[in-house]
Amino acid sequence: MQNRTLEIGVGLFLLAGLLALLLLALRVSGLTLGSGNDAYRVYAHFDNIAGLTVRAKVTMAGVTIGKVTAIDLDRDTYTGRVTMALDNAVDNLPLDSTASILTAGLLGEKYVGISVGGEEEVLTEGSTIRDTQSSLVLEDLIGKFLLNSVNKDQAN
Amino acid sequence: MRKTSTLERIRLFGRAGIDVVATLGRSSVFLLHALLGRGGAGKPLQLLIKQLYAVGVMSLAIIVVSGIFIGMVLSLQGFNILSDYGSEQAVGQMVALTLLRELGPVVTALLFAGRAGSALTAEIGNMKSTEQLSSLEMIGVDPLKYIVAPRFWAGFISMPLLAMIFSVVGIWGGAMVAVDWLGVYEGSFWANMQNSVAFREDVLNGVIKSVVFGFVVTWIAVFQGYDCEPTSEGISRATTKTVVYASLAVLGLDFILTALMFGDF
Repeated sequence: MQNRTLEIGVGLFLLAGLLALLLLALRVSGLTLGSGNDAYRVYAHFDNIAGLTVRAKVTMAGVTIGKVTAIDLDRDTYTGRVTMALDNAVDNLPLDSTASILTAGLLGEKYVGISVGGEEEVLTEGSTIRDTQSSLVLEDLIGKFLLNSVNKDQAN
Repeated sequence: MRKTSTLERIRLFGRAGIDVVATLGRSSVFLLHALLGRGGAGKPLQLLIKQLYAVGVMSLAIIVVSGIFIGMVLSLQGFNILSDYGSEQAVGQMVALTLLRELGPVVTALLFAGRAGSALTAEIGNMKSTEQLSSLEMIGVDPLKYIVAPRFWAGFISMPLLAMIFSVVGIWGGAMVAVDWLGVYEGSFWANMQNSVAFREDVLNGVIKSVVFGFVVTWIAVFQGYDCEPTSEGISRATTKTVVYASLAVLGLDFILTALMFGDF
């Protein structure tokens, strides 16, 4: 009898540990099983991806439809190539859709926003979004602003 | 105090160094014997279950209670600072990452060293001082297999489970404070957390950390018990050593593991 309660206690302990791992996987890290199959890859070239990271979300009309899976430099064009995995459920994006790098809030994370185009053909596995809008870099903006005011002074 | 010459001091210093190396070697041989040596008495599974109960199940209470409180404190502190920047939704992500990457494995290992490690040392040390270990040898039972191995495995198995339970109840405690008391919107609390926590990078690396800590803490505990002077004073010294060495080893190893896992080099 004593042995029995011991075994039940240990069994419950092991179950609790496994349950904890399951909770961490599903609830905390949002792991979805078999996510590799229901997504297709799309590429986009940006002049400047500053601040965008892998696993950033890809949205359309504010709805998350995929995520960034890889970022690398295209050696030939010297642009940043962003690989995105988009949900298979969203398979009707026109080929001339625009991808832009946006910021959530003033200091928030960067994400990719896709606005819809008008062409008949749609994006499929491996296709590239040609129309892109780079990340907003604060230093560039300040630089332009300063240059503008200097030019204005000279004009006066 | 007796005056010692410089030469004598150098000699003592060298002696201490050699002692450290010898202890390290002895403990490695001890571990190898306990884990790889063949032939044990009794049913190994029964012994293991008994030790799992003593080491793992009995540590659950302290782990759960401290996990909840640490999660709640993290949530409160994080909320105070983050709300200055208007980004209190990020409190979920902060609590989860802190617990999974660092506090879960480290605090569990420290508590485990205090709760289970010291008990293991004292138990084995007491067996040694009352000559139970030599009696076992006398009747042809290897105490390394019969006494030490089940205790070692029990600690090795329990530690990652305890660390995961710690993280889960910590995150739950943090969610309770943030969502129910401080009024963070529940959806963004969990969504932010799920967006920033990666299963392989964060959860699995935390589990790997706790496995390493479990190995080291239990190893130190059973070795100190087996190696202690068989007197009541010796047992008390060995128990102290277990807690001190295990805590230092955990904190030092944590730095190395963190540098390897998250340090980008």
